[in-house]
Amino acid sequence: MSPERGSYADPAVDYHVEIAFTLNGAEVRIRVDPAERLLDVLRYRLGLTGTKEGCAEGECGACTVWIDGLPVDSCLVPAVQARGREVVTIEAVDPMRLRPLLESGATQCGACTPGVVMTALWILDHPDLLETHTVRELMAGNLCRCTGYDGIVEGVLEALEATRDTEREPA
Amino acid sequence: MRSPVPRGRIREVRFASGLDRSELVVVDHRDLTGPNEVLLIEPDQPVLAADRVRHLHEPVLLLAHPSREALRRAVAAVEIVVDPEPPVLDFTVDPPPGGVQYGDDNVLKRLSIDKGDVETALAGAARIVEGEYRTGAQEHVYLENQGMVAWEEGDVLVVKGSLQCPYYVLKALGHALGRGPDRVRVVQAPTGGGFGGKEEYPSLVALHAALLARKAGRPVKLVYERGEDMEATTKRHPSLVRHRTGVDVEGRLLAQDIEVVLDGGAYVTLSPVVLSRAIIHAAGPYACDHVRIRGRAVFTNSPPYGAFRGFGAPQTIFANERHMDVVAAAVDLDPIELRRRNLIENGQSTATGQVIDDGTDRTALLDRAVELSGWHEKKAAHAELARRHPWRRRGMGLACFHHGAGFTGSGEVVLASRVDVAGLADGRIEVRSGNIEMGQGTLTVFTQIASEASGLAPSAIALAEPDTARVPNSGPTVASRTVMVVGRLIERAIEDLKARLGLPPDAGGDRFAEAIRAAHAERGEAPVGTATYQPPPGVEWDETTYRGDAYAAYAWAVYVAEVEVDLRTYTTRVVDFVALQEVGKVLNETLARGQIQGGVVQGIGWALMEDVVLEDGAMANAQLTNYIIPTSDDVPPIRVTFEETPYAHGARGAKGLGELPIDGPAPAVVNAVARATGTRPTTVPLTPERLMERLEEGRADVA
Amino acid sequence: MKVEAPATLDEALACLQAAPLVPLAGGTDLLVHWPGNLEAKAGHYVDLWALDELRGIRRDAEGLTLGALATYWDAIRDSRIREEFPILVQAARQVGAIQIQSRGTWAGNVVNASPAADGVPVLMALDAVVVLASASRRREVPLDAFYTGYRTTVRRADELVVAVRLPDRGNAVQTFVKVGSRRAQAIAKVGLALARSEAGWRVVAASVAPTVVRCRTVEAALDAGDAFAAPEDLLPLLREDVTPIDDLRSTARYREMVLARVLWHAIAEAA
Repeated sequence: MSPERGSYADPAVDYHVEIAFTLNGAEVRIRVDPAERLLDVLRYRLGLTGTKEGCAEGECGACTVWIDGLPVDSCLVPAVQARGREVVTIEAVDPMRLRPLLESGATQCGACTPGVVMTALWILDHPDLLETHTVRELMAGNLCRCTGYDGIVEGVLEALEATRDTEREPA
Repeated sequence: MRSPVPRGRIREVRFASGLDRSELVVVDHRDLTGPNEVLLIEPDQPVLAADRVRHLHEPVLLLAHPSREALRRAVAAVEIVVDPEPPVLDFTVDPPPGGVQYGDDNVLKRLSIDKGDVETALAGAARIVEGEYRTGAQEHVYLENQGMVAWEEGDVLVVKGSLQCPYYVLKALGHALGRGPDRVRVVQAPTGGGFGGKEEYPSLVALHAALLARKAGRPVKLVYERGEDMEATTKRHPSLVRHRTGVDVEGRLLAQDIEVVLDGGAYVTLSPVVLSRAIIHAAGPYACDHVRIRGRAVFTNSPPYGAFRGFGAPQTIFANERHMDVVAAAVDLDPIELRRRNLIENGQSTATGQVIDDGTDRTALLDRAVELSGWHEKKAAHAELARRHPWRRRGMGLACFHHGAGFTGSGEVVLASRVDVAGLADGRIEVRSGNIEMGQGTLTVFTQIASEASGLAPSAIALAEPDTARVPNSGPTVASRTVMVVGRLIERAIEDLKARLGLPPDAGGDRFAEAIRAAHAERGEAPVGTATYQPPPGVEWDETTYRGDAYAAYAWAVYVAEVEVDLRTYTTRVVDFVALQEVGKVLNETLARGQIQGGVVQGIGWALMEDVVLEDGAMANAQLTNYIIPTSDDVPPIRVTFEETPYAHGARGAKGLGELPIDGPAPAVVNAVARATGTRPTTVPLTPERLMERLEEGRADVA
Repeated sequence: MKVEAPATLDEALACLQAAPLVPLAGGTDLLVHWPGNLEAKAGHYVDLWALDELRGIRRDAEGLTLGALATYWDAIRDSRIREEFPILVQAARQVGAIQIQSRGTWAGNVVNASPAADGVPVLMALDAVVVLASASRRREVPLDAFYTGYRTTVRRADELVVAVRLPDRGNAVQTFVKVGSRRAQAIAKVGLALARSEAGWRVVAASVAPTVVRCRTVEAALDAGDAFAAPEDLLPLLREDVTPIDDLRSTARYREMVLARVLWHAIAEAA
C-alpha cells in the first residue's frame, strides 16, 4: 500500500499542527510536523535525549516510552498520535528504582538501558503479567548486545522479589 | 554518498538540476589538505574515493545541511556515476585475469608458523583426519551507531564521538588533514558499545565530520543510521580453515597442518594483525610437537573486514574445536577424553614454541566444566528423548580454548603505552589514560585499581575524560588489554607518584593525600607520577620467525553447550550453557560475569543466526529485522564460573577476559548440534537452512 | 505530509470519500524506516487512532468482533479469547514484542497485506470476515477472498476496514506454528495455522505465496479423510497451494520442506 505520492512535501507550505499531551505528568503544547515521530519530538524538540534511537524499525526497543501506561517504540509513533495521551519517558523515572538493575549488572554500555528500564519498570508495576509471561518474553523487545540479558532478567526478578517483601512488611 | 557498485571508475558526480545548493556543504577528495589516506597499517585506503571505487558503499562525497529533511532531499538528488568493472568477491579462489587489485596475487598478508617436522610426523601417524571449516561475517550491532561531532576551536580542530581508540583517530586526522598533533584534538564520548567496531572505523567517520566542519565553518554532527552502519562499516572476517591432523592410536596429536584464509575486503586495514591472532590461536590449547600453520588474508571487493571481539581467534578456534570432535570420532574416542590427552600441561609448549608454565591445571578445568554441565547425566536423558519424541532432539557439545591478552608478540613494546596519575589540590588523584568506557567497565575497574594501589577511597579517585589534549597515549581499548596492561600501568604510575613525593611504596591513604596537598602548597602545581609499558621479564618474541612468547599471558576456558534441535524446522535452541574460565584474578565479579555472558550470547548469535547475506560483496540484509541477533527469549541463563590463578604482571593479578567468551560458543554449540542430529556441520552460522541441507546430504549418504 | 484527524468514524469515511487517503492506525508497519522514506513523508493520511468507536473486542450471539483498533495486546489480555481462540493469543504473542503488540492492530495486519503476517493466518483459519465501510455502504468480505495479489486487496480507496469478525463455532483443533529466525521478534519464514470445525479443516500458510493462503488441496484431502505416512507425502498437495521463493530470509526449498513437516506433525498431534 503506497501512500498518495508526493503532493504534501512542499517545503514552502506549513503543514504543522498543534497538539497537546501529558508528558511525564505535565501538560505539553507543541506545534509538530505530521512527519515527525514521537521520538523526534522528544529528542530534538523537547530536549529529552534519554530516549535513544537504535534502528528506526521497531526492533531494538531503545526508544521505548509509555503511552497510556503501555510500552511502545516511539520511533513508530507519529507525534500527532500523542495528542491527548499520557506519555512517560526515562526522564520521569525515580533513579532509586533502578538499584536492583544496577546491582545485577543490567547495564553495560547504556545505549539500550533507557528502553530496558521502561519495559522493566512496566513489568514491576504489573507483576500479574508473570502469571502468563516470563520476564524473558516480556523483555524480548529490548535488544541488548552487551549483557547477554542475564543481568537484566535477574535485576527484574530481584526487584519483584524486593517489592513483594516490602508489601509483606507491616506498615 | 557512497559507491553504487563494488568496483569501477568514477565518471562523474551528478547533481539534479532543481537542487537548492544554497546551504548545502559538499566535500570530496579535493578538500583534503594531506594525503588521501586513512592512516593505519598500509596507506591504501582513501578517505574519499578519487577516481576508483573498490567496494560497494565506499565513501565518495560528503553532504551536510542545517536541516535533516533538506539533507535527505539533497541525497536523493545526487548521483555517483561509476563505470563498473568485474568485481572479485570470492576469497577462497585465485583471482581471475584482470581481477588482481593488490600486489601480484591479491594477498594482503601471508604469515606462517612452523614447529617441528609436520610431513615426517604425518607419515608416521596411525590416522590422518582432514576437515574444512567456514565461518561467515558477523556484524557488531553495538546499540549506538557510529557517530561523531567536529568543530573548530581557534586553530584546533576538535572531534568528539563514539570510539575506542582516541589516538588512532588523532593520528588519522593529523595525517590526512596535514595538521600537527597540537592542532587536532580527539575526545571520546560515552560510547554505546564497540566490540571492535569502533576500533579503526571511527577514524573514517571523524575525518568525514572534520572535513565537513572545516568547509562549513561550523560544527557538524555525523551520525549513521542503522542501515548505513550495517552495510558500510566493518565486520568480522569470513574465514576458511583446513585441517590435516595426524594422531596415534591413543588419540595423541602427532601433527597439525593448518591452512587459514581470511577475507580481508578491499583495503588492508587491520587484516594483517587479525590474521596474526588467527593463526596463533589456530592449533588450540594443545601440546603437539609438529605444527605447520599457513595463513593469508585476501583482497576482495567487499567493504574492509575489521576488528571484532576475538580478532581472528573465534574463526580458527571454531575450526579447531569442531575438528577435535571429528578427530575423536575418527579414532573412536570420547571427545572429552581426546582433549584430556592433548591439553597443554605446564612445561609443554604452544605452536609458536611458547612454554606454558602458569600454574593453571587445564585438565582440571575440563573436568570441572563437564561436571558442572551434567554432561554424563544428560546423555542418557537425551538418548531417551530421541527414542520417544517425534521431533525434539538434544545434545551436548564442548570447546576447550585459550585467548592471549594484550597486543600480539612485540606489539605492546612497540605501543609503549603511558599512563599518568596526577595529585589534585584537594588530595585526590586523577588517573589519565586514553582507555575508554564502552560498557565493559573500565571506569569502575580503573577506580578500583587506583583505590587499592593508593589506599584512597574510590571517591578520591578521578578519571580524566579520554581527551588527547589531557591524557597520554595509553594504547587503544582493544585486545583484552585494558585491565591487565593499562591497569598495571595505573598501579605503577601511582607507585611513581609516591616515589616522587618521597613516600615509601606501602604508604597510602591519608598519608598519601596529605603529601599530595603539601606538594601542591609547596610547588603550586600538580605532582604527576607516570609509567610506561615494560614487558614482563623473560617474554621474548621473534616477529620474523613467529617463534616465542606470542602473548605474555593466556586466559583458558572450557565451554559446554546443551542444545535442542527441532527436526520439523531444523531450528536450534541453546537450552543450557556452562562457561568456565581461568582469567587470573577477577577484579569485579559482576562486571566480569557480564562480560562473559554478553560475549557468550554474541557467540551463540554468530553460531546459529547471525547471517550476513552478501550481495555485490556487501551486506544485503542491513536491517535489524533481517540480521537477527539473540533476544532475551532466545538464550538460556549463561552459567559462569571463574577459576583464579593470579597473574603476577597484571593489575592485581588480572589477565584479559573481554574477548575470550566469543571464542567458545560457536564450536560448543555446533558440536552439540552434531551430537543431537548425528550430522557433521562445518559452517557457522549454522542456520536452519544450512542444517537442513546437511541432514538431507546425510540422508542421501545413507541411501 | 498531511494528516487528517477526524473525531468520528463518519468524519473519517467522509475524508476517504473526498480523497484517497492512507488510513493510519498503530503505525507499526507504516513507520518502519520512516526517516528516509521521503515518499511516505509526502503522503496524505487519515489518522484513526482517536476513533474510540473502533476500539475494543466485542462478543455477541454471532461471534467475536475485533474492532479496527483492537490490538494484539487487547487479545493477549482477554481471558475468554485465551480459552476460546487460543491461536489468536499464540499468534499475537509472536508479533514483535510488547512494544509492537501494544500498538499493532489486527485490522492493520489484515490491510497491510504482508504475506508474512502473523495475525492473518490465524484469523483466516477461523473463517474471519472483514467488515468494510464507506460513506455510502457497508460490506463484508471473507478474509480468504480479501487478497487479490502481493500486497493488494479488494478494499476500495474510499473504504475502511472497521472490524474483523470471527464466527462463533467450536474449533476442535487450533494450531499455530510460526517458524522465524529466532523465538521472539522475528518475521515468519513459514507460518501455519490449522483449525478444524464443523465447516471442515482449515490449513492456512504464510510466507510461502504472494499472500497468506488457504491450502485448499490439503484441506480437501483432510476433509476426505486422507492419511499421510510422512511429511514428504504432503509435498505434491502443497505444491498445488503454495509457491515459496528464495529471499533474504530463507530459501524456497526450506520453506516448502518445513511447511510440509510442521503441517504433518500438526496433523499428527491433532489426531
